Amino acid sequence: MAYFNLAAAFFVLVSMALMLGRLLLGPTLYDRILAVNSFGTKTVLFLCVFCFVIDRPDGVDIALLYALMNFIATIAVLKFFRYRALDVSLAKSHITQSDEER
Amino acid sequence: MLIQLVSSVSESATAGTPVSMADILHVLFSAFSILSILAGLFFVLGGTLGVLRLPDFFTRLHAAGMTDTLGAELIILGLVIQAGFSQMSLKLLFVAFFLLITSPTATHAVAAAAYQAGLQPLLGRYRAPEPGEETKQ
Amino acid sequence: MRFILILAAALAIYWTGLSGYFKPMLISLGIISILLVLGLVHRMKIMDGETAPYGNMHRTLYYSVWLFREIVKANVEVVKAVMSPELEVSPTLVKVPTRPTTDIGKTMFANSITLTPGTVSMEIGEKEILVHALLEPMSASEGFDEMSARSAWSVGEPLDRARLM
Repeated sequence: MAYFNLAAAFFVLVSMALMLGRLLLGPTLYDRILAVNSFGTKTVLFLCVFCFVIDRPDGVDIALLYALMNFIATIAVLKFFRYRALDVSLAKSHITQSDEER
Repeated sequence: MLIQLVSSVSESATAGTPVSMADILHVLFSAFSILSILAGLFFVLGGTLGVLRLPDFFTRLHAAGMTDTLGAELIILGLVIQAGFSQMSLKLLFVAFFLLITSPTATHAVAAAAYQAGLQPLLGRYRAPEPGEETKQ
Repeated sequence: MRFILILAAALAIYWTGLSGYFKPMLISLGIISILLVLGLVHRMKIMDGETAPYGNMHRTLYYSVWLFREIVKANVEVVKAVMSPELEVSPTLVKVPTRPTTDIGKTMFANSITLTPGTVSMEIGEKEILVHALLEPMSASEGFDEMSARSAWSVGEPLDRARLM
């Protein structure tokens, strides 16, 4: 079973390498963000499979952490390129709307 | 790998030792796990191919979403079957759950940001250009 | 108060699932971090049914089984379209009316649309969601009607049998 997992990890690596192609080619910024996000998902999968290969269960913790970090990183990058700043409330329009109603 | 497992079981059968229920279950679970991981890899590679091939950003989103949902879930399901009933499989289920929650949210965030920034989606029918044809941009 | 208890229970289950140790020091660290999270949530004033949406777990589980079947079907279609050498796609923009009225219901519906490959929700308004579909047959309104009725039911809104086939 370890050899099969090793092969699976290798194929996940191949697809990560292909995703790097879209990251380098991507005509727009959003293509690149999409590629980074997808790369992160595949990294999580790779970590999960690889910690079965080396038989160390702690790897799944790192994968869990990476899955959450990847999401936060995507949102942070998108927010930065939208507002050019990070200390902006994302629910701003909602709050001002309800303030007007009061 | 599966062939080895099956042959080891049949060897023990021919050697006179009775095949226990646990052996059969082991082979069955391994087969399920291998099938699940193979299907997951198929969807992951298909999604990557789609991200490379499709013509514009909004169509590429769909291919990336395909990797995130079925590909990731099937691979993690295969690993859960391998881990059996343990803390590790619980953690793997947590990973699967968080991927299921965060990946559509991230996809929607990217799509909404691109649409609000004024990126126009390509609409209507699209066919891949023939190998000799000039690629239209 | 009820939601605080539900959230505390969920956090406790999460902590023990991740740690797996039952030494007094580690348990007390867990209790401290749960109290810290509860304090933060209280200070942010977001404590309501949407912070701890565990009241309708059985409905959500039933819905996710149905959603998983839809995801598999849509995945096969998208994989076929992507892997064919002609790469025939017909991207379409369509506006879908939303049925769920609560915020969490809308979130559930929009996330279900995005989770199903071939459709991505692009803009969420008060009454409708702008959806981008990869293949034109996927933008048919019947599928969205059923999905919105089911997702509204899954977060605890009353079931409308007329809308559900």
